[in-house]
Amino acid sequence: MLSKIVRTISNQLILFILIFGLYIIMHGHVTPGGGFQGGAVVASGVVMLIAAFGSSEIKKSLRESHLSVVESSGALIFIGMAFAGMGTIFFYNFLVGTPVFGGIPPTGPNPGNVWTGGVIPLMNFGVGLKVMAGLSAIVLAMALFSSGEEMEE
Amino acid sequence: MRQVFAWFVLITLVAFLITGALLMHPFGYPPSDMDDYMIANSQAETANNNVVAAVLFDYRGLDTLGEATVLFTAVTGVLMLFRALKRKENKL
Amino acid sequence: MMQYIPFNIPFVAAALLVGVALFIFLFKRNLIKIVMGVAILSSGVNLFLIALGYRAGGVAPIYTATPEGVMVLPVPQALTLTNIVITVSVIALMLTMVMYIYRHMGDIDAKKSRLLKG
Repeated sequence: MLSKIVRTISNQLILFILIFGLYIIMHGHVTPGGGFQGGAVVASGVVMLIAAFGSSEIKKSLRESHLSVVESSGALIFIGMAFAGMGTIFFYNFLVGTPVFGGIPPTGPNPGNVWTGGVIPLMNFGVGLKVMAGLSAIVLAMALFSSGEEMEE
Repeated sequence: MRQVFAWFVLITLVAFLITGALLMHPFGYPPSDMDDYMIANSQAETANNNVVAAVLFDYRGLDTLGEATVLFTAVTGVLMLFRALKRKENKL
Repeated sequence: MMQYIPFNIPFVAAALLVGVALFIFLFKRNLIKIVMGVAILSSGVNLFLIALGYRAGGVAPIYTATPEGVMVLPVPQALTLTNIVITVSVIALMLTMVMYIYRHMGDIDAKKSRLLKG
């Protein structure tokens, strides 16, 4: 556990890091970014909390069973979107033209529109959840093993 | 004796790699037929402004599926190994 | 406008990075240094992949508010993204094995961890 100044600043900074990471995930089809990059940014915020507070404090709020549920649901969203276009072929983009997420942008450089992209923003969301939970679980398990030696179940 | 053999192997491999790097196509003018099609037709077929995201999730989606499987297997392996080590220490 | 770069300097730099990683594999004995050698090897391969798809005077392959110019190739950039995530998974598993060996033997040395101990 580090000093009081580091703990106070980490408490204030974690909110901005979470918002920045979610912005990169959700705008993955308009600007550079996507699922993998945004998930790595949020996981680095969780690692900052583990380094500032010590792993015994973080273990009370962030259990590994909850992280497993989040990661599995992210993988299921990704495969579900791939199977939903099974009418034509596996991985078919079936939302182009429908009013949910399909809107065809004009050809050439243009200011971007969020309501385009077909099935790709939902796949970005699933992959972002999976990377976020997976990298946090790896670092939490290593920190708990090498210092506190107290893992539940 | 072992040191001499190791130096010989290292110098042979590095010379092979640098010769291969000098004989490639001139830097800045790559041959590109598939990528010209993807840049020209990506906005009409996938309704997407980001060509890299369209390639990752639509034209080559099976590679992303394989990579999600590798990530899932690595996380499962790490958590399982730490649980086995803790139980072995409790029994000793 | 970018002029003609002689002797393919980015490809030679990627080959030198792979050469440094091969030196670490052949001559060093500490297990943590060998894991760092794997990370340097993957950095060299990623640099080679991105330097393959560069067009002279190119811009990023995104259609939202782009400047003037031709676009670079998008397929090697997608392959590099996949490669980075796979490297992170492999290094995490390797570090877990190193922790296992240290708890069992008490010493990280590549020659001593080959003998079978009771």
